[in-house]
Amino acid sequence: MEHQTKLRVLVAKPGLDGHDRGVKIIARAFRDTGYEVIYTGVHQTPEQIVSAAIQEDVDLIGLSCLSGAHLFLFNEVVRQLIEQDAGDIIVIGGGIIPEEDITRLKGAGIKEIFLPGTSLDEILKWVEENVKPLSQRGGSK
Amino acid sequence: MKGTYEQPGQATGGKEESKRFSTVSDLEIKSLYTPEDIKDSDYEADIGHPGSYPFTRGCQPDMYRGRLWTFRMFSGFGSAEDTNKRYHKLLDEGETGLSVAFDFPTLMGYDSDSPRAHAEIGKCGVAIDTLFDYGVLFNKIPLDKVTTSQTINPPASITWAMHLALADKQGVPWDKIGGTIQNDMLKEFVAQKTFMLPLEPSIKIVSDTIEFGTQYVPRWNTVSISGYHIREAGSTAVQELAFTLADGIAYVQDVIERKKMDVDAFAPRLSFFFDSHIDFFEEIAKVRAARRIWARVMKERFKARDPRSWWMRFHSQTAGCSLTAQQPLNNIVRVAVQALAMTLGGTQSLHTDSFDETLALPSDQAVTVALRTQQIIADETGIINTIDPLAGSYFVEALTNEMEEKALEYIEKIDKMGGMLAAIEQGFPQMEISEAAYNYQKQVDRGDKVLVGVNKYISEEETPIETLKIDEKLEEKQIKCVQEVRRTRDNRTVARTLNELRQACKDDKNVMPYVIEAVRAYATEQEICDVYREVYGEYRDPGFY
Amino acid sequence: MTVELVNRILEGDVRTAARLMRGIEDGAADAFGEMADLYPHTGKAYIVGITGAPGGGKSTLVDTLITTFRQRDMTLGVVAIDPTSPFTGGAILGDRVRMQKHSTDSGVFIRSVATRGWLGGLARAAVSIIHIMDAMGKDIILVETVGIGQQEVDVTRLADTSIFVLTPGSGDAIQMMKAGILEVADIFVVNKADLEGASRSKMELQAMLGMKSGACEEWEPSVLLTEAVNNIGIEELVDEILKHQAFLVSGEGMEKRRKERARLELTEAIESSLKDYIDSNVDKAFLEKLVDDLVQRRTNPQAAASQIIGKSIKR
Repeated sequence: MEHQTKLRVLVAKPGLDGHDRGVKIIARAFRDTGYEVIYTGVHQTPEQIVSAAIQEDVDLIGLSCLSGAHLFLFNEVVRQLIEQDAGDIIVIGGGIIPEEDITRLKGAGIKEIFLPGTSLDEILKWVEENVKPLSQRGGSK
Repeated sequence: MKGTYEQPGQATGGKEESKRFSTVSDLEIKSLYTPEDIKDSDYEADIGHPGSYPFTRGCQPDMYRGRLWTFRMFSGFGSAEDTNKRYHKLLDEGETGLSVAFDFPTLMGYDSDSPRAHAEIGKCGVAIDTLFDYGVLFNKIPLDKVTTSQTINPPASITWAMHLALADKQGVPWDKIGGTIQNDMLKEFVAQKTFMLPLEPSIKIVSDTIEFGTQYVPRWNTVSISGYHIREAGSTAVQELAFTLADGIAYVQDVIERKKMDVDAFAPRLSFFFDSHIDFFEEIAKVRAARRIWARVMKERFKARDPRSWWMRFHSQTAGCSLTAQQPLNNIVRVAVQALAMTLGGTQSLHTDSFDETLALPSDQAVTVALRTQQIIADETGIINTIDPLAGSYFVEALTNEMEEKALEYIEKIDKMGGMLAAIEQGFPQMEISEAAYNYQKQVDRGDKVLVGVNKYISEEETPIETLKIDEKLEEKQIKCVQEVRRTRDNRTVARTLNELRQACKDDKNVMPYVIEAVRAYATEQEICDVYREVYGEYRDPGFY
Repeated sequence: MTVELVNRILEGDVRTAARLMRGIEDGAADAFGEMADLYPHTGKAYIVGITGAPGGGKSTLVDTLITTFRQRDMTLGVVAIDPTSPFTGGAILGDRVRMQKHSTDSGVFIRSVATRGWLGGLARAAVSIIHIMDAMGKDIILVETVGIGQQEVDVTRLADTSIFVLTPGSGDAIQMMKAGILEVADIFVVNKADLEGASRSKMELQAMLGMKSGACEEWEPSVLLTEAVNNIGIEELVDEILKHQAFLVSGEGMEKRRKERARLELTEAIESSLKDYIDSNVDKAFLEKLVDDLVQRRTNPQAAASQIIGKSIKR
């Protein structure tokens, strides 16, 4: 039996804005890189995202928000992950995010923020270098 | 002139460099266009004078000599008070129409004190919970003196009802007010994903507003059939054209079937809204083709007899998705080119984006530059002197024909699927758009498509830009405000009007009169939406990708 | 260590269960041992397979089934299987999005699974994931797969009740006959019944079912009309599933199905163990020599296999 360790990624849009162009492009790019991508659709609450990420045992959560509510929504996802003993799931984000907010997001545990104009290659390279499947990181089992 | 015109590459027999020349939508363009390319076009039948069928050259015989396009800046942020100040400033600066941007809780039918609204209040537009807020928004703005566009969809019946109720308070009769509600639910399912109710009740309420407007608010455009969001979601120009017109066809069909109305009774008030992307000629060809297709659809398919049913009037906005966060001042130039394309394409109304929109909500300075861009085009460039100066250009006419042809192929395909509603249920337009968006991104990544400052001419040093910040205290203030309204209003009247609305929904009556009564009683937007949700159910993202 | 893990799963701990599922999918060495410890605690859940061509609205149907089962106070596991791209090895697992409103319901565990190039149907991963949900105490496990083919027939072998979903006038029925699904499905659902031709599809299907030989005990497969989007016909479908369950339990059907499933698991275990064993124990040079011999027609595949298997078993 052939076994392959594949990265599992959840891409989600928290909050009320429905602009899913970016998140769908990322989903396709991840798929084309060989990852398993779980897409949860628009208008998600942080609770829904965290719960899905744990059930799906993903290595990475990619959040996209264009409504300006990123500080609350992204941080809340990280907070709930930690609360549910799943703080080892890496969270990254993208959207229209002012420079000073990036510092605050990273301080709260968001690993990286990608701004408009970032190439897919840049994002994929970052993931390649920074995200290993949970099992290979000696997770919290 | 005799003989055929050859492409230079063929004429020389030599090798043209292998580089492919294409529009931003990846439509291949030839190096030279000649009379050969438009030999099948007939001036009378296919182009026609401005103001004449099929309106390729524009809706009005005199176009901008008669009346300039409306300078309509989409604007709204923070509280109703903040936005009202911005409106007064814009009107003082020479803006000629208002366009309300609502925040996400308002767009999605949640009050400011809903848990779903947290952190979103006043961020992307103005927070409106009740008629009270709406009154503040239009403080000292007489509704009969300025037309207003509301960019809102699922709760459009409610915010429009607020406008009508406010007109009553100002003592302005409904036949004296003008404006537009976007109210285009189909493109929400297709592209922007601001949806609330399932497809069928969504389109039912749209038809209710069209019927109500036709009877009582004759100068109002009750739907703005929008390609803008389709394009912003990543479609090609042809897809924007095709899906927008397919949406339009679906609305007309629904009103005729559901409301048994004569097409000429309501079609003249249908309006459209297109994106103006960066590919100059493609955009001009797109709107010329749009007018021609619509005229033929209305005349031939729907048998409209009133020429005003045939013409397509449209608002346009420069493409937010074409702007870059890198070197943001460059956006001023992009916006100018895009605005020029739409004025050469014959738009009735225009919003120009502010250069800082990829960073935050626009600042006062950025909005002013954007407005001035339109004023420079109107007053300095001389493009308004003659009507449709590009008509007869081999390239422009050929490209117009090509876009028409390609859009019609899509429309035919959608017809075969059973119309736009069926196509949406199957995810067809959604998946076509996703595919196009992904292809474009890959082209940008490879450098096949250039974005100055992003994948070419990159600077290390970025000019710092002052951006607008939304006061974090606003949320608290807005929550207090809606709770205060709930406390001081006559709650029995609210309950009664909401019950009457619920019954009207169940009895399949036109909801508008009931919504207006509820709004007058200071029912909140969410309370009314909750009635809709309760009766009709909620639509959830099927996640087509 | 493993006892603790087993206990956590028995208590319904989502994180532990989800990670074990991942271990199984990734072929982590310790995961199979853990599965072995969990095995005695499985066999209680009722498994419902749902399959059909793409675009039939299966995920929406599953979504409404979850709602209806939850209203009847039953807990659920959902295994949503989507194909892995043969070109990139990746997959977008998009079924979950239709069920996402159940995400925060602790009585529902949804897991998206990519096929990862499984050959010959559902391999250990899907079976194990079902077992884990079973051990967590889920009453009903819904297994959704896409397509009309051998893999879908295999799903029916894993399930207690197999549902086949089709849409009006889609021509799926012909495909089904070819794939042999007509013989193995217990309930047929014509979804999107508001579309034209729904009742005709139902009649055609009933006629075809009448034609088939009475192989499937005495259970008469039923044909139901649903509109999952409008939540129409779902109560009836749940009733029908439970009716089928009662039928199986009252006769020998249940026993037969579980035996069949155990046999399938055993066969798969033998096949994969043997393959694993050969992969790690048979001398590669010897294998290559046999391959050369085959090319030169000095031997035949059957004889070559016997040489390997003979060698392995003797040891």
